[in-house]
Amino acid sequence: MKLTLKIWRQKNADAKGKFITYDFDAASPDMSFLEMLDALNTKLIKERTDPVAFDHDCREGICGSCGIYINGHPHGPGKKAITTCHLSMREFKDGDTVYVEPWRAKAFPVVKDLIVDRTAFDKIQIAGGFISTNVGSAPDSHAIPVEKSKADEAFDSAICIGCGACVAACKNASAMLFVSAKISQFALLPQGRIEAKERVQTMVKKMDELGFGNCSNTGACEAECPKEISLVNIARMNREFYWAKIQ
Amino acid sequence: MIKLDANIPEGPLAEKWTRYKASAKLVNPANKKKLDIIVVGTGLAGAGAASALGELGYQVKNFCYQDTPRRAHSVAAQGGINATKNYKNDGDSIYRLFYDMIKGGDYRSREANVYRAAEVSNDVIDHFTAMGVPFARDYGGNLDNRSFGGVQVSRTFYAKGQTGQQCLLGTYSSLIRQISKGTVTMYPRREMLELVIIDGKARGIITRNLITGEIERHSAHAVVLATGGYGTIYYLSTLAVNSNPSAVWKAHKKGAFFANTSFIQIHPTSIPQLNEYQSKLTLMSESLRNDGRIWVPRKKNDKRVANEIPEEERDYYLERRYPAFGNLVPRDVASRAAKERCDAGYGVGETGLAVYLDFRDAIKKQGKKDIEAKYGNLFELCEIITGINPYIDPMRIYPAGHYTMGGLWVDYNLMTTIPGLFSIGESNFSDHGANRLGASSLMQASGDGYFIIPYTISNYLADDIKTPSISTDKQEFEDAEKLVKERLEKLVSINGTQTATSFHKRLGEIMWNYCGMSRNEDGLKKAKQMLEELKKEFWTDLIIPSDLNSVNQEVEKAGRVADYFEIADLMVNDALNRTESCGAHFREESQTPEGEALRDDKNFSYVAAWEYTGESKPHKLHKEELKFENVEVQVRSYK
Repeated sequence: MKLTLKIWRQKNADAKGKFITYDFDAASPDMSFLEMLDALNTKLIKERTDPVAFDHDCREGICGSCGIYINGHPHGPGKKAITTCHLSMREFKDGDTVYVEPWRAKAFPVVKDLIVDRTAFDKIQIAGGFISTNVGSAPDSHAIPVEKSKADEAFDSAICIGCGACVAACKNASAMLFVSAKISQFALLPQGRIEAKERVQTMVKKMDELGFGNCSNTGACEAECPKEISLVNIARMNREFYWAKIQ
Repeated sequence: MIKLDANIPEGPLAEKWTRYKASAKLVNPANKKKLDIIVVGTGLAGAGAASALGELGYQVKNFCYQDTPRRAHSVAAQGGINATKNYKNDGDSIYRLFYDMIKGGDYRSREANVYRAAEVSNDVIDHFTAMGVPFARDYGGNLDNRSFGGVQVSRTFYAKGQTGQQCLLGTYSSLIRQISKGTVTMYPRREMLELVIIDGKARGIITRNLITGEIERHSAHAVVLATGGYGTIYYLSTLAVNSNPSAVWKAHKKGAFFANTSFIQIHPTSIPQLNEYQSKLTLMSESLRNDGRIWVPRKKNDKRVANEIPEEERDYYLERRYPAFGNLVPRDVASRAAKERCDAGYGVGETGLAVYLDFRDAIKKQGKKDIEAKYGNLFELCEIITGINPYIDPMRIYPAGHYTMGGLWVDYNLMTTIPGLFSIGESNFSDHGANRLGASSLMQASGDGYFIIPYTISNYLADDIKTPSISTDKQEFEDAEKLVKERLEKLVSINGTQTATSFHKRLGEIMWNYCGMSRNEDGLKKAKQMLEELKKEFWTDLIIPSDLNSVNQEVEKAGRVADYFEIADLMVNDALNRTESCGAHFREESQTPEGEALRDDKNFSYVAAWEYTGESKPHKLHKEELKFENVEVQVRSYK
């Protein structure tokens, strides 16, 4: 396959970035998108040019490292609910022009090329995304039964991989889907109820401080989330937030 | 000369850990605040240890190469985590899990360590539950269990096919809680490139900041390595592509013995390699073997599609060969059986290097909905990658490099042969012998991190309370930093024509072909030769971008590949030395007439701990004899 790749190149956080065009004819439909970038990088290295930097690790859709904005979509066009590492080159046609960009959000500054700094997510979770229990202090797991439907719902919220696609998809660069998934997981479980009131307030406050935008209910985050985290989480977070306020 | 002493406490097996805890030295809370501990790695073992030690009040510095600790590769474990709760009332107990692990490891692990891992397993599950890990539950609100290979009870706790992710995110939440309290300082995007030893004790590390390229010094009173295994030695493996054992290898070259290097688990149910571009193999959880049946056609080179092959023309070879355990034989047995069928010409798919994992019967019996509830995400993953819909057609699977039972030699304290250097989780050798049973890696990593290291490291640090903070201005730091810089300079100055990845691929191929699922003397000797030649080529023809003062992902890869050449050599030596077959280590010269692994207890009932003696010098072998006082050593049979 022959592709025209327009890739965002930016030397570091302070440098000015721009799109550079690469005519690349060694792509194959059998490759994953990242393997295509690997092949491009091999070519660039041999030409003694700086290869394109991008985050990636597990390459099986679970670690949340990879995240590239491709042709206007976080994790690329085509199949729903996949990460960039699972995007197949079959989704592209010979002769296509492909725009390759990093996540764009004030709270995720570019580090280099396609790598962004997502430590803002860690900071939000540091503000309260945990249950305060020390090693060795837990009761027997069956001491507190949990309704199966609640446990299943908590699981569905807990599978967020923290990739940041929701932020990249949102016109306001809102982190509400990410934050609400964590808040929901804990709010749904009896173990998490003890600190629920404080948690929702500290995490939301931190989220606002870090420069993430507000939610205007367009649902772009849900549509692009590789783990199909539901907007219901945002509704639940809002409910938890107001409930905490009036208590 | 260092004498190997496992420091196993006296007393009956079931009382050893209790006695140890009762007599271990303690550090009082005021002194804990003055003691620094470095933990490298943020998987279940590393982040578990960092948070547990932070809770105790130590000053912890935690390192990972990823952008955030939540991405460590424990996240990718799928099937489950074992504990001896016996919630199913099916006869489980600490002893039973201990016995299963000893037998599963083919009698090549240390009784006391294995028993302790089983003993703390229940605490691990309780802790995860309390932290809000959403394990699967039944309609009564209790935790559910399933079964894994090599055992006859249901003791595996799970969260669909994402148990590792849920356990890791739970552990990440306990870690960030300590970060919020200021007991743990997080250093992401750092790679450990050297260990610093002062007066014979591990006192620090040298890291490279992967963003700025800065070489940094970090000191501590003790260092804990929790950096995982070296399955990526095969290039294609189920590991994250950046997973690497460089930290462990640097420690080895500074004096930590490396044990059972060639014991590496080849997981039987991975999605097969589909093309030459592939950078990674994706696992399909062993839990699938609870309901999936493995088969190949009875006819050689049968090109019909699976669903057109009638029942009587299918060979359910695991059920045929191992009627007692059937599809749930341990991983090493299942992998070899798949290889045997494919080598004999019965393999399926375009390459003939695959077998079927079929859910037709399970779906017929339990309904699609139930199967979807158990394995939905795995079926989706399979379809995303291969285009095969497992609800309709059987999955194709083939073995892939997965988990290293070998690792740094540690004693009962999980301390290496370097005082003050500890190794936990997959990075040590201790609990899985020659083969690991499913769902026991999450268990061991969490047990090591949360429940064992806090006791053993306190016992060690109790003698160090008067030592003030270690200065990074010391000569030893200076020297270590210089060494790291020289090594990096050397790599970027080669200026040849081949990339680090291309060398890694070729190295992986040699190891897969000659030191993979099946080994023999001729092949291993040949591999040694080939590795030597390839290594020379690497050091003369490597090309990487030369900028060391910013992001340079190629120099990261090259440094790891350079270490792989050395580890590969030790792995081959270890495999050559052990002329018996045991667990995952199958020496073709040592097999029964039926083709099963044949152990040689008389000559090989020991842990092979290798000492580094210098550049290009042969490693020195130390033997830790294994004593079995609580189980009868038998032929390991799953028939």
